[in-house]
Amino acid sequence: MKALCWTGINKLQVEDVDEPTILEPRDAIVKVTLSTSCGSDLHLLGGYVPGMRAGDVLGHEFMGEIVAVGSGVEKRKVGDRVVVCSFMSCGQCFYCVNGLTSLCDNTNPHPGLGEGLFGASTGGCFGYSQITGGFAGSHAEYVRVPHIDTGAFPIPDGVTDEQAVFASDAVPTGWMGADLGGVKPGDVVAVWGAGGVGQMAARASMLLGAEKVIVIDRLPERLEQARSIIGAETLDYSDTEVMAELRERTGGRGPDVSIEAVGMEAHSERPDYLYDRVKTALKLETDRPTAVREAIMATRKGGSVFVLGVFGGLVDKFPLGAVMNKGLTLRSAQQHGHRYIPMLLERIAAGEIPTGHLATHVMPLADAPKGYEMFKTKDDGCVRAVFRP
Amino acid sequence: MSKKSVFVIAAVAGAAVAGTVAARRLRQGGSEDSAGPDDQVEGSTDRWRVVTIAADPEQIAPEGRLPTPLADLDELIEVRFEPAPGDRGTELAARPRAGASHPDDQNDLARMIRRALRESKQLIEAGELATNEPQPEGHRPATPAGLVVDALSRRSPEEGVL
Ligand SMILES: NC(=O)c1ccc[n+]([C@@H]2O[C@H](COP(=O)([O-])OP(=O)(O)OC[C@H]3O[C@@H](n4cnc5c(N)ncnc54)[C@H](O)[C@@H]3O)[C@@H](O)[C@H]2O)c1
Ligand SMILES: [Zn+2]
Ligand SMILES: [Zn+2]
Repeated sequence: MKALCWTGINKLQVEDVDEPTILEPRDAIVKVTLSTSCGSDLHLLGGYVPGMRAGDVLGHEFMGEIVAVGSGVEKRKVGDRVVVCSFMSCGQCFYCVNGLTSLCDNTNPHPGLGEGLFGASTGGCFGYSQITGGFAGSHAEYVRVPHIDTGAFPIPDGVTDEQAVFASDAVPTGWMGADLGGVKPGDVVAVWGAGGVGQMAARASMLLGAEKVIVIDRLPERLEQARSIIGAETLDYSDTEVMAELRERTGGRGPDVSIEAVGMEAHSERPDYLYDRVKTALKLETDRPTAVREAIMATRKGGSVFVLGVFGGLVDKFPLGAVMNKGLTLRSAQQHGHRYIPMLLERIAAGEIPTGHLATHVMPLADAPKGYEMFKTKDDGCVRAVFRP
Repeated sequence: MSKKSVFVIAAVAGAAVAGTVAARRLRQGGSEDSAGPDDQVEGSTDRWRVVTIAADPEQIAPEGRLPTPLADLDELIEVRFEPAPGDRGTELAARPRAGASHPDDQNDLARMIRRALRESKQLIEAGELATNEPQPEGHRPATPAGLVVDALSRRSPEEGVL
């Protein structure tokens, strides 16, 4: 079958690979209908996330049809049209039982790598480096899905493929940021990044009762989507001083909850950007936390900051003093999608969460290298390049 | 692969190993520059390695029979069960039996214990082992950085801080 492989830093190629097979009783094989690029892939593509191996099949946000199941599968069956959570959950360990499913103890075959880097390992994830298990990704005709009963969710009738695919990752990620960030009725929320994840975090904040949601980015097409489709206010950081503008729009307080949806390749027009570029180029720092710093400085006293953007290693000039002295709550996680996806699919079906507009460029898998180039440079208003194998 | 990419992967893979190796150095203790409370806590390759399993001791070892991955090491190890706090199940610990040494060396036995504990936990909690071999993959050129990543991935069930 055809699959999109990472072949080196900033190099992708569609290759002929073997089809996956059922390896364990709770597995299924899913025939991929749609598989989307995600901002996280850009960190892999650019070599910011360690543990990539040439030949790794990319892709972790997808939907499709179950075409084979293992002998231990009970709830799902061949023919089901499902969206699959990017992370894998055994459903039984302490973390899975407590809704912290991306921390599953039992789905990552390479636990030693995460333990070496972070002191403990995450669960398994599709197409996301050897650190999350080295699983083949979903930018392929077929994908093996371990623990299909816990990881795949039937898509309600009336929800299109283009709407459903984002329930795999962007929608639950955004929802988690608002939910675990503690957004409650009356809050003012600021979201850094107007990509798929930031837009979904903004929508979730509104549904959880925030009175004002401000989305920060500099790309006009994305800011336009955040305004007209999501219904948030926007702030163009290339046009104004973010901190001052936020103070002005929040009665001098700062946002109650700040959600960072940018990640380790943040861009900025502030002087610390140059500093981070130099430090990362010299390998004295692995990630650029520009937006995290700004979120911490902007948040009101006693407020909370949720880091959704992916970070892989060490950052520099981290304003710990602001976290401490302002009494902030700082949280983060890879998405715990399993606890949210069924509810989110219902909300998508009910028209509460618009998602289809994120699929700005749908194309055959054969064009995926071109699609990633577009997504990376945000060319032609690309919000997400989505592949149809 | 470009020179730059080789460097990045090797550097980061190096960091992953460094973390693991640093942890192991602490465990083995005795090194002059790192003598401190950690060393005493971490002990040596003989120390107990522990996983918490969401199950009762009777489910883990029915009639005293250890789960297969640990039973395979029976002669070489001793095993301890303790209830985990907060209803989290059982803390299952294993360490080399006094005087027992694996034919190769003591580090090898530590590696086997790590793997056996993890696999026991996976089998009891999840009902199967976390695996992905064989699976679809593109062309994997034998570059030095690639070989490092392969070797680390292959060894990782036996490595880490457990
Ligand atoms: N926690 C999780 O489980 C999870 C899941 C999915 C994605 N992510 C992460 O979320 C982040 C966003 O993902 P995405 O798919 O939306 O990516 P994306 O690349 O489409 O969007 C990132 C956006 O951030 C903007 N940006 C860059 N620097 C900024 C700054 N200083 N201030 C404000 N905006 C800035 C960019 O212009 C872009 O629009 C990535 O880091 C991704 O890895 C995390
Ligand atoms: Zn993602
Ligand atoms: Zn689990």
